[in-house]
Amino acid sequence: MKMAKLLGAICTSHIPAIGNAIARGTQDEPYWKPFFESYPPVREWLAQVDPDAVVMIYNDHGLNFFLDKMPTFAVGAAPEYCNDDEGWGLPTLPPFRGDPKLSWHVIEQLVHDEFDVTTCQEMLVDHAFTVPISLLWPDRSARRFGTVPVAINTVQHPLPTPARCYALGKAIGRAIESYPEDIGVVVVATGGMSHQLDGERAGFINKAFDLHCLEKIVDDPRVLTDMSIRELVREAGTQGVELIMWLAARGALDGKVTKLHSHYHIPVSNTAAGLLLLSANGRPDPKPLDSGPLS
Amino acid sequence: MTDMKPVPHEIPGTVIFDGVEAQKGYALNKMCYSFNSSGNRLAFMRNEEAYCRAYGLTAEQRDAVRRRDVLALVHGGGNVYYLAKLAGIFGLGVQDIGAQQTGVTVEEFRARLAVAGG
Repeated sequence: MKMAKLLGAICTSHIPAIGNAIARGTQDEPYWKPFFESYPPVREWLAQVDPDAVVMIYNDHGLNFFLDKMPTFAVGAAPEYCNDDEGWGLPTLPPFRGDPKLSWHVIEQLVHDEFDVTTCQEMLVDHAFTVPISLLWPDRSARRFGTVPVAINTVQHPLPTPARCYALGKAIGRAIESYPEDIGVVVVATGGMSHQLDGERAGFINKAFDLHCLEKIVDDPRVLTDMSIRELVREAGTQGVELIMWLAARGALDGKVTKLHSHYHIPVSNTAAGLLLLSANGRPDPKPLDSGPLS
Repeated sequence: MTDMKPVPHEIPGTVIFDGVEAQKGYALNKMCYSFNSSGNRLAFMRNEEAYCRAYGLTAEQRDAVRRRDVLALVHGGGNVYYLAKLAGIFGLGVQDIGAQQTGVTVEEFRARLAVAGG
């Protein structure tokens, strides 16, 4: 019987400045080198597992969604996803291929699982979607996969709780594993780590909390899913709540996982940058990669 | 952090962009959202005051736009994701607005971030 395989999950920051550094080709400059150097091991893993589809769990920052209609969870179901002008100068990238058949399967399963998502047959994808793809697959010709975008609201409170996002991820994982095609799927969650752009506390970064997250999300995510959104804002900053995307990706794998790579670096722009690669247990597992330094 | 302390309603220096803020800042954020279009950015630059009035900004919000005062815009219901599009028109990035909101120079703000790396 045909059945899709969930191969693993990648959690990565999506800071716009990374997109600018890629566009300008400044990855080897001293400011950027320690950050970009942490990605090749993940790219090697991706080349090995060579996914047919990628579920992108991210948050829109006011490109596709405005406050007139703000879905808590939205799933794309389009043949392709366009990037567009976000207003502050990041170059617009060519469209990204979708996988409408997998999208509709995920939507059917999520709603069956009582996640009443918004479905989008047209959906602009912003830097939170595009920057991680540029980082993970710098060579566009290597992107033979279709994408399924899953957007989580982090703009307007109330935001979905960390526990709810983990549960959404679990349902996404179940949906992938019940897809009756012999394909390999990777889940990518984008955002974080601690940062705050607004208010008198702008520039807030909490290294201790980020390192705590990088550790607990692997073996004891319950510690994080027990937090409220307000606790998360206090510990990680107003935009550090993007950790909820990471928790959704972790939920997709559920159970025990193997950490293949992680990296932490301060600062990229106003943000602590984090990277984590987890493989699903019981999957054909390439040899563990060397973990990056914790700078 | 298993021993989380109870979270007070207020987190110092932090605005939770909830329903109250989203209503207060709707017109302001809608104007900023329009700046995804380069044509709208040009129209704003041609006549800021008229553009702000067309979107129905309050006198306080219009004044904050005139003064490029990001903190006043945040307290006026602006959400930073939309405000970033307005700041971009003024040539201000997230580090510039971080410095402005915390009353330090951009160099000092950057140094503070580097220190957070420990």
